[in-house]
Amino acid sequence: MTMREALNQAMREEMKRDESVFLMGEEVAEYQGAYKVSKGLLEEFGDKRVIDSPITELGFAGLGVGAAMVGLRPVIEFMTFNFSILATDQIINSAAKMRYMSGGQFKIPIVFRGPNGSAFQVSSQHSQALESWYAHFPGLKVVMPSTPADAKGLLKSAIRDDDPVIFMEQERMYGNKGEVPDGEDFIIPLGKADVKREGKDATVIARSMTVPLALKAAEELEKQGVSVEVVDPRTIRPLDIETIVNSVKKTNRVVIAEESHAFCGVAAEISAQIMERAFDYLDAPVKRISGADVPMPYAKNLERLALPDVERVVKAVREVAYMD
Amino acid sequence: MKPRTQTNSPSGGAGVAERDERDQIDSDELRVEHEQRIQEQQKHIEEIDNETLLRMLYQMILIRRFEEKAAEAYTLGKIGGFCHLYIGQEAVAVGTLSALRPDDYVLTSYRDHGHALVMGISPDEVMAELFGKIGGCSKGKGGSMHLFDADKHFLGGHAIVGGQIPLGTGMAFATKYRGTDQVTLCYFGEAAVNQGAFHESLNMAQLWKLPCIYVCENNQYGMGTSLARAMSQHNVAEKACSYDLASEFVDGMDVLAVRAATERAVERARKDYLPSLLEVRTYRFMGHSMSDPGHYRTRAEIERYQERDPIKVFGSNLREKGVLDDAGLKEIEGRVRDEVERAVKFADSSPEPAPEELYTDVYATPIK
Repeated sequence: MTMREALNQAMREEMKRDESVFLMGEEVAEYQGAYKVSKGLLEEFGDKRVIDSPITELGFAGLGVGAAMVGLRPVIEFMTFNFSILATDQIINSAAKMRYMSGGQFKIPIVFRGPNGSAFQVSSQHSQALESWYAHFPGLKVVMPSTPADAKGLLKSAIRDDDPVIFMEQERMYGNKGEVPDGEDFIIPLGKADVKREGKDATVIARSMTVPLALKAAEELEKQGVSVEVVDPRTIRPLDIETIVNSVKKTNRVVIAEESHAFCGVAAEISAQIMERAFDYLDAPVKRISGADVPMPYAKNLERLALPDVERVVKAVREVAYMD
Repeated sequence: MKPRTQTNSPSGGAGVAERDERDQIDSDELRVEHEQRIQEQQKHIEEIDNETLLRMLYQMILIRRFEEKAAEAYTLGKIGGFCHLYIGQEAVAVGTLSALRPDDYVLTSYRDHGHALVMGISPDEVMAELFGKIGGCSKGKGGSMHLFDADKHFLGGHAIVGGQIPLGTGMAFATKYRGTDQVTLCYFGEAAVNQGAFHESLNMAQLWKLPCIYVCENNQYGMGTSLARAMSQHNVAEKACSYDLASEFVDGMDVLAVRAATERAVERARKDYLPSLLEVRTYRFMGHSMSDPGHYRTRAEIERYQERDPIKVFGSNLREKGVLDDAGLKEIEGRVRDEVERAVKFADSSPEPAPEELYTDVYATPIK
């Protein structure tokens, strides 16, 4: 099953399970979703529950938060998270803080979802990985699946969750295939990392699109005699730092691979937490592989240079293992 | 109600518009309007039962005295941060809310003490919230700008200008989604009309027929900037035309005119899921917040509006029509004084939130 189908199945099952779940966003209904993630949902649930919105991100994000305050469970789709920038006031000032500033009186069970990060040659304004923005704020949860099974299980959890969840997909990964367990009860709890591959010489912490890269790099490194463990946090906030630290204690060497910019990023946070909790276990400084510190260029060759790839991950692991 | 004559901003060419030398509303115009309103209000009084009329007067006086006490507590350092007073605007909250049912939804901006009190949050809980105490309606975590009461359907105090407008639209969406007939009353100041959130919300509300009543409390100043210096087209009610939305211009110094206009909007919302925009012209007698020196408007302008003080006008009309006498007014003032004094005592004696409260209420399930 593809990632796209897994996400679609998760929404279909949760909409069947709970009448209060609805999907709203640009082109989600009649067009079937800009990336076809909502295919068939309009036909199955009707236009009361699958709603095409005008291009009015601040407006429909806020509408979703208001509906959540009085008991509905909105799934708000951003065509891409680049456009969520227009809605950040409602996500950060309303969704993230409503429970706290009301002294716990309101829950905000809402999911904001859509593709995050780079696509293929869509240039600067359409190629941004914004997870560090949203993960910065207490009150929000941030989820980034890397496999179809994770996508389904985590999205179902996110929809059932009573807190606002930022659910970040990746356009490059919608067609990726993988096994997805059967059954409507298959869910994956938020806040649990997954060890995607076990190893003993070095840990690569990867999320979203860098997970497949890290797994390929691990295969390559195995041929070179290095056993790599790949840890996927899956949820950025709350972060399962325990699983990460346990891996560090085992391998003593860490590379963190991410698509987003390094400055003030998630890898920087994970790196700081490793230093705070497992400094004595490190045999080498933590190494980060991040997106280039430039707006995303259009030209194919420059775009390739701006993103992490298998070779860079391999090189980084060799560096922390003092092989070069 | 006739639409307001627009005052033209004497713009100083390129760059920042110059100070408008005239008041927002011409003083003669205001006086004529005042006389008309007195006549009309007296007519309205005959149509409403005495109990309702006296309750409305009581609510307006409660807001006024509560806030005078809050201002005093602020100067004593018992209230911190921002404290935006509603004094002068009481007729808006009292008039609009008198037209609602208890199961309707209400939310407003940061100038929210008056609405919270009329919604039935006790003066004790509101004052304790201003004092930052655990007995406050938001456990001392929200403060003056973030009063909430889920049980009473008071959905906040919101402090980003215009931020509550999409939220109210969402509450109205939920009502229609469920097929029930509650209305949502969403208040904001006229300065919020310049935010995109206002326009995005009105568009969605009419497009999808959502039962939200947008109440623009036009007190004519966004902090220290007059409407004339901030809005290219001064008539807020007319902006509804862009979205094919019903709208009405209302005199916000007349509590019964406000009530009547709200009743019309409520009927549209309950029967046909139709939204409305009410532009309610009002005036705040105090500064934007407690720290406002008020250099941007003249003493004469404030005094002219104080002649139209909504409490004075309503009180004297109630006397004129025999609904109220000296003893009745004294009784209301006495009851309010006791309640406000009790509120201060309650707020003083309510404990500060325990240190553990710092980390509660962030998530539904606490995260380690």
